[in-house]
Amino acid sequence: MTNPSIETNHTSPIHGDVVIRTENVSIYYGSFQAVRNVFLDIPKNRVVAFIGPSGCGKSTLLRCYNRLNDLIPGARVEGKITYQGVDLYDPKVDPVEVRRRIGMVFQRPNPFPKSIYENIAFGARVNGFKGDLDELVERSLRGAALWDEVKDKLKESGLSLSGGQQQRLCIARAIAIEPEVILMDEPCSALDPISTLRVEDLINELKQQFTIIIVTHNMQQASRVADYTAFFNAEAGETGSRFGYLVEYAPTEQIFNAPQQQATQDYVSGRFG
Amino acid sequence: MTSSPNSANSKGQSAVSQYSVAPQRQFFGNFMTGLVLFCVALALLPLASILFMVLSQGLSRLLQDFPSVFTQLPPPPLVDGGGFRNAIVGTIITSLLGALISVPVGIMAAIYTVEFGQGNRISQFVRFCTNVLSGVPSIIAGLFAYGIVVLAMGTFSATAGGVALSVLMAPIVIRTTEEGLKSIPRDVRQAIVGIGATNFQGIFSVILPAVLPFIATGVTLALARAAGETAPLLFTALFNQYDARNPLREPTATLSVLIYNYAISPFRNQNELAWAAALIVVLLILGISVISRSLTSRKVY
Repeated sequence: MTNPSIETNHTSPIHGDVVIRTENVSIYYGSFQAVRNVFLDIPKNRVVAFIGPSGCGKSTLLRCYNRLNDLIPGARVEGKITYQGVDLYDPKVDPVEVRRRIGMVFQRPNPFPKSIYENIAFGARVNGFKGDLDELVERSLRGAALWDEVKDKLKESGLSLSGGQQQRLCIARAIAIEPEVILMDEPCSALDPISTLRVEDLINELKQQFTIIIVTHNMQQASRVADYTAFFNAEAGETGSRFGYLVEYAPTEQIFNAPQQQATQDYVSGRFG
Repeated sequence: MTSSPNSANSKGQSAVSQYSVAPQRQFFGNFMTGLVLFCVALALLPLASILFMVLSQGLSRLLQDFPSVFTQLPPPPLVDGGGFRNAIVGTIITSLLGALISVPVGIMAAIYTVEFGQGNRISQFVRFCTNVLSGVPSIIAGLFAYGIVVLAMGTFSATAGGVALSVLMAPIVIRTTEEGLKSIPRDVRQAIVGIGATNFQGIFSVILPAVLPFIATGVTLALARAAGETAPLLFTALFNQYDARNPLREPTATLSVLIYNYAISPFRNQNELAWAAALIVVLLILGISVISRSLTSRKVY
């Protein structure tokens, strides 16, 4: 059962506060094991990138941090994920409450079919926001570097924006609920290079305030935005079904310049994946 | 233009002729197009003839007695003139009663099957029942309302008619609402969950507003169906020569039943009124259908 490459990853490369602790986490869809034995600590106010080939479970793991996998029938998490010391999968924990503290930006821009203003105000209202909504909308849109482009058409539908603008609107929506952590699942994969660059700049600014975990297929992106990078790989298990596991987790520079594992070296140098 | 592209052109033309459609294929293609057009005409023929008949027979009476057909009561036999305001009012009341019952039930049932049931036993059962219900002959719906409302109240009434119509309207509302709910992309559902909204908040603030055009379409289609139904009203709302003072507990006239009663009556004036009422019903349904189409075109996804 034990995989030699897994055993080497128990020591954390993190210095400073840990926000999310992932201890020996395995994720199943029914009887199928999608992710195996992950140990991973997420540092506060840093950007952590998850990279790896398709099907290595990086998105699956990301979705466990805000319990989005709860929506998939048969999904199950083993091991322990703690957020500021609280076990996220404790039966007493309300997943809705978790998602209010750990926000998410999705792969494809998915604004609500409402006005730009309402897209942001809705999340705030849902979270019981009592303050000045106009001010919050402006602040969130400025935070997402979108304010100047949309300030004159806040009443227009969020769907009328371009793809890149929609994605920044989704980021604004995520930061409006003032989460502590923002999960980003390949946030730039549906965007053109210029929009991508803007979102990346944004990520760099956001990490002053938020802890960000970003899944990306783009290694240059990981090297540009991330402080730490986790490399996942997929391997065929005993039964022949493929499972994902964490190969190496280290400061980004080390992952790209001096990886400890051969698989990481092969992946970041483009020899596979 | 220089000469070289011209020569290339003439060359190209001779090459093109090799690729032109063979005569027998051209003939076959034309023949099939003609056949299809003929079938289209055949399919449209009933609609056209109905419209023609109803217009030619009903329009003269409608114009001649305008607007008294809308404002007067049906006359006794062998008396000229008169109208059917009681039937117009009755059709509106029974249809609205039907909508009042079927729309909330239908929307909630659809929300359950799509948003909460998600293919579990109950939602499958509900869907199966919806299909069965939409295939139930309308007279059976009338029988049902007769059994539970007319017998219980001891009188025919618009209430009973509304219950009978709601049985026929509910499947339409459920289906169109379900269709709308299913059209909401998974991405948006995840976004709702992702910002920490509860199911209730998501459904009422995001999903239902987006589905509204579908619901409106379903409601108008259901109303169109209800406005034209006769069989379920025959022994529920029954008929009334006069205005029902309290339609909720008194027999009530409707356009469709008026058409039925007066079309088989031996009096010419009554026959004419039936044609005029038929024209009104056709125009009503046509109008509602047009509205429903324009509502559908407003959908978000």
